[in-house]
Amino acid sequence: MSGKDNPYKDDRGNKDRSITRPGGGEMDFPKKGGSAKPAPGGPFLAAENMTGGYGAADILHDCTLTVDKGQIAVIVGPNGAGKSTAMKAVFGMLALRGGHVKLDGEDITALSPQDRVAKGMGFVPQTNNVFPSMTVEENLEMGAFLRHDDFARTMDQVYDLFPILKDKRRQAAGELSGGQRQQVAVGRALMTQPKLLMLDEPTAGVSPIVMDELFDRIIEVARTGISILMVEQNARQALEIADRGYVLVQGANRYTDTGQALLADPEVRRTFLGG
Amino acid sequence: MDLLNAIVALLNFVVIPATSYGAQLALGALGVTLIYGILRFSNFAHGDTMAFGTAMVILVTWAMQAMGIHLGPLPTALLALPFGIALTAALVLGTDRAVYRFYRRQKAAPVILVIVSMGVMFIMNGVTRFIIGVDEIRFDDGARFLINAGDFKAATGLAEGLAFRSTQALTIVTAVIVVAALFWFLNKTRTGKSMRAYSDNEDLALLSGINPERVVAVTWIIAAGLATIAGTLYGLDKSFKAFNYFQLLLPIFASAIVGGLGSPLGAIAGGFLIAFSEVGFTYAWKKVATYVLPESLAPDGLAQLLSTDYKFAVSFAILIVVLLFKPTGLFKGKSV
Repeated sequence: MSGKDNPYKDDRGNKDRSITRPGGGEMDFPKKGGSAKPAPGGPFLAAENMTGGYGAADILHDCTLTVDKGQIAVIVGPNGAGKSTAMKAVFGMLALRGGHVKLDGEDITALSPQDRVAKGMGFVPQTNNVFPSMTVEENLEMGAFLRHDDFARTMDQVYDLFPILKDKRRQAAGELSGGQRQQVAVGRALMTQPKLLMLDEPTAGVSPIVMDELFDRIIEVARTGISILMVEQNARQALEIADRGYVLVQGANRYTDTGQALLADPEVRRTFLGG
Repeated sequence: MDLLNAIVALLNFVVIPATSYGAQLALGALGVTLIYGILRFSNFAHGDTMAFGTAMVILVTWAMQAMGIHLGPLPTALLALPFGIALTAALVLGTDRAVYRFYRRQKAAPVILVIVSMGVMFIMNGVTRFIIGVDEIRFDDGARFLINAGDFKAATGLAEGLAFRSTQALTIVTAVIVVAALFWFLNKTRTGKSMRAYSDNEDLALLSGINPERVVAVTWIIAAGLATIAGTLYGLDKSFKAFNYFQLLLPIFASAIVGGLGSPLGAIAGGFLIAFSEVGFTYAWKKVATYVLPESLAPDGLAQLLSTDYKFAVSFAILIVVLLFKPTGLFKGKSV
């Protein structure tokens, strides 16, 4: 966002850190005061016929994503295909002109992202997904901010899933390595006990070994009955663990099948997986 | 004996005044650093928030004195402090509602908020003078001295007297309590942690269900509390004059920046550093030097590095040196 569309955002090149502190919130949530409506039937998460974008032009065109309970769904596609945008639309960070989002038998299209968290969605952004100056334990506590019950057991579960975090629980999250930070980010999202966990490129910028490790953990999370929707750059590895794969091109569904079937499809291999 | 006299003189004229002044600066700088960390701009209206808060405390003190309420040896202002804080908190929350919230909703660049806070500063400045006037007001009552210079001389037989005013002791004790409470709040309570989370990563705080408006409101209330306490302690120690608080803005900002903006620990260290430098540079060292040095080396002049009129130049010089050589401050603040 430059100063062009909003004069209040124009800082005229001010870089004086002694009077202002950069790095404020980027997210501009659409103001929504709607409520959830019952809509029984269908898959666990059904985001169907989503059409919309940030400004006047649509980015998503009739895009459909569904995930069943305990399944892993992966969105892949070329750069600029609208993968992250599709996920943000599911999470309500994007105003939809058409389509609807249903979770666990409820139509949540009118809900704000925070309300969706309360409804059981967990979202892990691609970057800036931890509180860097707070300890690992405090990060997890903040994940459970909406909960008023005792979350000690959930925290133990997260520590069981990511044992390294237990060793580093008194350390500031910003001092951890990239892979460990991703674990903190996933752990923070798990603290709300979500029914659906959404991961935006969880393996971006981590080494291949750490990536395999993270994918293993994601499978473990899915085994506990949590549905997973993730966007991945490493299409081949991600499709290997996917129950369901979506290939998006220009904001629309191009191929939809099980992960194995997509990997086996010569057309998909040739155009999106590099042979 | 000479060495003892030198130590007493040093305590009396440098250490005690600088410590209490440092505590006042530290409390002021904590408010500035908190606003900077959470709302992301330097609040130029902080000095005048202190002035307004102190003015409110003075008004309530007068009312209490008129009603015959006294706190014995302690100043009545201490009893009026909670009322002053409540009134100041109401003012800053009202200001946030009327002014700052609009810019926050626009996601205005922080530098615009800095300029906005300057506007608020001028208005608060005017409001305070309008309410309580421009004259110097002394509002301390109760016991004046914890240790009286004359009594000290008589008791120890030293040539130098040691005076420890009750307001100075009160300043130091209050500052310790307030700082401990603030750190406990920020590190141990749910609300305090949510404030740190919001300061760290606004977007993720939002995703975690932290209500930003609540964080902002709590921040303003704490800043108003710190400003009123700091202002009242300063007023008790010296005297109240609306314009003095506007001038205090420079040493307060210097303290916050020297310590590292956004770092509460830094604000405290910075406060004391600035206070000791200011007092150290403007104190006439002749007396101490005469006691310590052999007669042949005793200074002819006052051995004063700077006239007290230039005390603000000391904070300004330190501020520039820090910004040039260690812009993040002593305690790795948020500035880069």
